[in-house]
Amino acid sequence: MSHRIKKSGILIDRTKPKNFTFNGKKFRGFQGDTLASALLANGQVLMGRSFKYHRPRGVVASGAEEPNALMNMGQGARFEPNQRATTTELFDGLVARSQNHWPSLEFDIGAINNRLPKFFPAGFYYKTFMYPRWAWKHLFEPIIRKSAGLGTAPQQPDADRYEYFYAYVDVLIIGGGSAGLTAAIEAGKTGAKVLLVEQTPHLGGRAPVDGFGIDAQLNTLKNMKNVIIRTRTMGAGVYDHGYALAYERITDHAPNSDQPRHRLWRIRAKRIVTATGAIERTLNFSGNDIPGVMLASAVRDYVSLWGVSPGKSTVIVTNNDDAYRTAITLFNSGQTVAAILDARPMGGGALANQARDLGIRILNGKAIKKVTGHKTVASVVICDQSDETSDTETIICDCVAMSGGWSPVVHLWSHCGGKLNWDAKNAMFSPDPNRPPTGHDGQGFVISAGAAAGALGHDAGIQNAVSAGRQAAVEAGFSASKTIASIAASTPESPMLAVWSMPQNASYALRLKTWLDFQNDVKVSDVQLAAREGYESVEHTKRYTTLGMATDQGKLSNINGLAVLADSLNAEIPAVGTTTFRPPYTPISIGSIAGEARGALFKPTRKSPIDAWQDANHAVWEPVADWRRPYAYRQSGETTQQAVTREINATRNSLGLLDASTLGKILVKGPDAGNFLDLVYTNMMSTLKQGRCRYGLMCNENGFLFDDGVVVRTGEQEFLCHTTSGGSDRVHAWMEEWLQTEWWDLQVFTANITEQFAQIAVVGPNARKVLEKLGGLDVSNETLPFMGYTEGRLAGIWARPYRISFSGELSFEIAMPANQGQEMWDKLLEAGAEFNITPYGTEALHVMRAEKGFIMIGDETDGTVIPQDLNLGWAVSKKKTDFLGKRAQQRSHMVDPNRKQLVGLYTLNPDYVLPDCAHAVENGKIIGHVSSSYFSPTLNCSIAMALITGGAGRMGKVLDFVIDGKTVQAKVVDPVFYDKEGARQNV
Amino acid sequence: MLLLTCPYCGVTAEETEFHGGGEAHIKRFAGGSDDAEFTGYLFEKKNPRGVVFERWRHVYGCGKWFHAARCSATLEIFGTYSAQTVKPSEAVISVIQARRPDWQVKP
Repeated sequence: MSHRIKKSGILIDRTKPKNFTFNGKKFRGFQGDTLASALLANGQVLMGRSFKYHRPRGVVASGAEEPNALMNMGQGARFEPNQRATTTELFDGLVARSQNHWPSLEFDIGAINNRLPKFFPAGFYYKTFMYPRWAWKHLFEPIIRKSAGLGTAPQQPDADRYEYFYAYVDVLIIGGGSAGLTAAIEAGKTGAKVLLVEQTPHLGGRAPVDGFGIDAQLNTLKNMKNVIIRTRTMGAGVYDHGYALAYERITDHAPNSDQPRHRLWRIRAKRIVTATGAIERTLNFSGNDIPGVMLASAVRDYVSLWGVSPGKSTVIVTNNDDAYRTAITLFNSGQTVAAILDARPMGGGALANQARDLGIRILNGKAIKKVTGHKTVASVVICDQSDETSDTETIICDCVAMSGGWSPVVHLWSHCGGKLNWDAKNAMFSPDPNRPPTGHDGQGFVISAGAAAGALGHDAGIQNAVSAGRQAAVEAGFSASKTIASIAASTPESPMLAVWSMPQNASYALRLKTWLDFQNDVKVSDVQLAAREGYESVEHTKRYTTLGMATDQGKLSNINGLAVLADSLNAEIPAVGTTTFRPPYTPISIGSIAGEARGALFKPTRKSPIDAWQDANHAVWEPVADWRRPYAYRQSGETTQQAVTREINATRNSLGLLDASTLGKILVKGPDAGNFLDLVYTNMMSTLKQGRCRYGLMCNENGFLFDDGVVVRTGEQEFLCHTTSGGSDRVHAWMEEWLQTEWWDLQVFTANITEQFAQIAVVGPNARKVLEKLGGLDVSNETLPFMGYTEGRLAGIWARPYRISFSGELSFEIAMPANQGQEMWDKLLEAGAEFNITPYGTEALHVMRAEKGFIMIGDETDGTVIPQDLNLGWAVSKKKTDFLGKRAQQRSHMVDPNRKQLVGLYTLNPDYVLPDCAHAVENGKIIGHVSSSYFSPTLNCSIAMALITGGAGRMGKVLDFVIDGKTVQAKVVDPVFYDKEGARQNV
Repeated sequence: MLLLTCPYCGVTAEETEFHGGGEAHIKRFAGGSDDAEFTGYLFEKKNPRGVVFERWRHVYGCGKWFHAARCSATLEIFGTYSAQTVKPSEAVISVIQARRPDWQVKP
């Protein structure tokens, strides 16, 4: 059983106990513990259940590569699933729960799957759930949905804060182990600006575990003002042109702090040094997932760093010399090492001799045949590595420390395209320094250092890092010394032996219980099955078996899986290749990605100059593109629908007031302004007379209508183009694109002046009277006829009323400087009181425009509609040789008489309002859809507009609309429902 | 995330400050063109592995459109130049030829 040991524990402070709970049980650890080390210290080896078979699982590793010990962490609005116990720092009050079991960790019903492995082979989804067809929807999917996923999804919005931080440095060093520190010193000496990030709370990596001090390095770095070091900050990803993300966990260990929880560093570096170390590999033997089987390096870490022994009696199994260090560490800490099984026939070197001198039993050429035990290791059965059937021996133990060799952490090297070499001697992929990721100038911008570069062993790593640090600084434009002292390895090691199966040629029965990917429950037998079924590509095998697809992304399992696949295919490992390494290195919080962009800060809301008045006067808000606009103004006791009806009736009968400030306004000026507008609008604009307004349409090169609005000629060489509220930025960019990239010979300037002006529509039979009352401008029909404009002082404010109408009523849209919009609005309300002046919102606007059959971009258009479909052919010039969209509108499908065309609809039941987008059905086929639909208070009946195939030829016909299985009938009519002659606006 | 230099204002900035505009140097076919020409102009875009010429706009900067010559495989930027041209500049062509001796200017 795992336990705290009296001595050792570099990272813990035994004078500072920390209380926490696990599955509701109270435990105690120390300051400096991780959740994993604290659980082990309390004898809690069982930490979770596996994904597929619900097998009992314990912690395997001591760091970011941990596949098993994933926890539901925290409570309420601070709950988060899938947190690794090995990278969770202990704090007072920590609440953790294990995952993926029911009803409890100790007794899990789902473990029945473990008895049925034959029913869950690789690709079982694809095989099992094919037939019968009905069963997927009604049987399989509900069950799978219920059992899918590891942790529980949070139920409440995240209570924490997150932020971004931007950093620009010469050299970014990822990893604060001895290699990273060395590289930082070397780069720092040149004067380069250096940032070093380390994912754990402490520096030095694994060096202190093996007795290599880092105090001298830290002292040197302390005096370098140009070197910044951040712990608890993981290099998450390396991207194009020297961009990198780092993930700083600021308060995960101090949840009562008022700082942001996580900080996402967005870094630009001239050079990036990946000093990310190496990860030990598991060995493939039967029962290698039973709690108590751990990486040898992790066992050593727990003893040295946290003063915890994972077992009372440990068997060490290895194919290399490094695992002997674990045996020696355990022995020196007073723990029992039952035996060292070395798969190499000739055994180990100097370290093996040291262990032997301590009296530890060493068996060369031996393997674990299988581990026995259920919730914890009970014993190991050993045999010859070369022969499963050889004489066996059973060794009682409660911990197995395995080492299958080391894999450099090449993730960050590879994220942006760095290539790998296969190092056959160490059976590992390591970065190829001749094929680095390349930057904007075509030069490599990532340099790997230390074990991450394949330089295994402390001394080799340091030597490698000296050169990497200098190279990074020199390439970033600094100068460094060229001489590098050679460092001899203090403890030479014997070569490792690649062992991908233990014992060699293990039987099927053994392979069935030999795990590759612990988190996704992928076994050796699964990968072999995939190979037999024809999955030759490593990328396909990965997806078929789910090897390496869990939240740990196969940090422990990938190389073993590749080796098994290569063996099954009779291919070499480098020929099989690796799967793609993708950022982030370990999962980062969604909160950190969002940063401050939450709630009101997610996207700024655009507000009109009259917004405050509207808010104070019960506006029911509606988002219109980035703006908020009043949908209606609700008076006390009214429903929103009643407010809309009141607003329409008041406007049609007397006087309404609309804030139209959100309309886009683009000034187009220059000698060629008219010619340019002839190219971007479908109709002729150059012939527009000064002082006049014209409704215009804009199409893209596909011929499809995308914006409309009134163009005003304000001078010989000056036009003001109104756009839709959502379209101003798009239209302005569109004009600029054509001016800059196609018609750069035209002398035209454009400016988006949308927010410079407030615009108020004064609408209704009494509109003229109220303007006359304000005084200062002649707004008579003679001076200011329909589609004309005037300008001057209205009630003392500079104003420009346009005689344009989107309601069909007598209407003046008055523009004025934005900062005087509220003043004008107030004056209009005061002067209009005697006419029952009624502010109206966007819904009343919509209903009134629909009554008049006016189209709305986004309702009647959807990116596939041309003006001709909307009966707007009159606004498409036939004289012009060119305008954007003209050529496309001549294509055969565009001139097809059976295109969908705009029609009006009267439902046969005048009280029934069709839903938007309701489908018209004829002979079982959809022939069109409703684009706008309202109850018209003016006509006291339901009206709708629809796009119907060959609609123009269907006048007077009755169409069927199928709504929730019932048929509703409506008659096709002219889409102009009200005042067809336009008499009301022409007064 | 690419680093691009705007040839108008001279600013070197993050890709997020720019907006990509697809293939550069496309000849526009409009009124009077036949179906094949128009289809080619509107729909048939090249997507080579290697040297590409692209349109970009410095949208959160000076607002200007410009051209960039880039390697779509390695993301190397060979140069940026004016949008007011129908073909790549001689200067950028010589940079590409120096960096990619096998590359040839296609008509």
